[in-house]
Amino acid sequence: MADAKDDVLEIVETPIDMTKYVDAVRDPGAGAITTFIGTTRDTFQNKEVVELQYEAYKPMAILELKKICTLARNQWPLIGIAVAHRLGTVPIGEESVFIAVSSVHRKDSLDSCQFLIDELKARVPIWKKEVYSSGEVWKENAEFLQRTQVGS
Amino acid sequence: MEMEVEKEQTEGADEGVELGVEKKVRVKVLLFARARELAGGSEFDLSVADGSTTADCVAELTTRFAALEVMRESIVVALNFNYITDPVEVKDGDELAIIPPISGG
Repeated sequence: MADAKDDVLEIVETPIDMTKYVDAVRDPGAGAITTFIGTTRDTFQNKEVVELQYEAYKPMAILELKKICTLARNQWPLIGIAVAHRLGTVPIGEESVFIAVSSVHRKDSLDSCQFLIDELKARVPIWKKEVYSSGEVWKENAEFLQRTQVGS
Repeated sequence: MEMEVEKEQTEGADEGVELGVEKKVRVKVLLFARARELAGGSEFDLSVADGSTTADCVAELTTRFAALEVMRESIVVALNFNYITDPVEVKDGDELAIIPPISGG
């Protein structure tokens, strides 16, 4: 049975190969695989988004992902976890983040998958810039802002 | 002990005269996203006085890069890949990252 050391956590500069990450969590003992796909939107507050650019503090991002996976494994009985985040320019409609979780029973993978994406948005140091036809903005996740206010 | 002696000597000396070499700590500072753009660079070596904290480093950075002042309230820092909330004394060779509000996902 897979455990934490087999978790696949990657920051990539190319399109996300989702099949690869689903295969990474496949297991004969798994009754369920839950996946989350985050895709890039073309509008924000009626403004047309031309493209999105992602950057990361890579070594810390991987460490934070590991911490999140440990938290998830402490809370749910999981078999495999795979998380991939894409960097650089991501065209509209493509995947920016992908999560796959396997477990014996579906509720554990469903609940932990939601936890993983919520935690990723709250603490993994990755940034997104939305470029509009006029201007650009560095986005700020509400999940991060709420937590830093609590912490301060 | 050495520090104590040095202080006493400084008090007795004429103003403006520096005694010995003040011990400095070199910290590698990384900036990301909006902070990187405002400062005009992603990596700097910062030399601060021995005993300085992460908060001192951020203050020094905002002095050096005045443009960062606009986002000072929203900056979170990480020391050697770990988020910190309260100021921590920095050591030679530390890596301090300026983390503007994140937006992954």
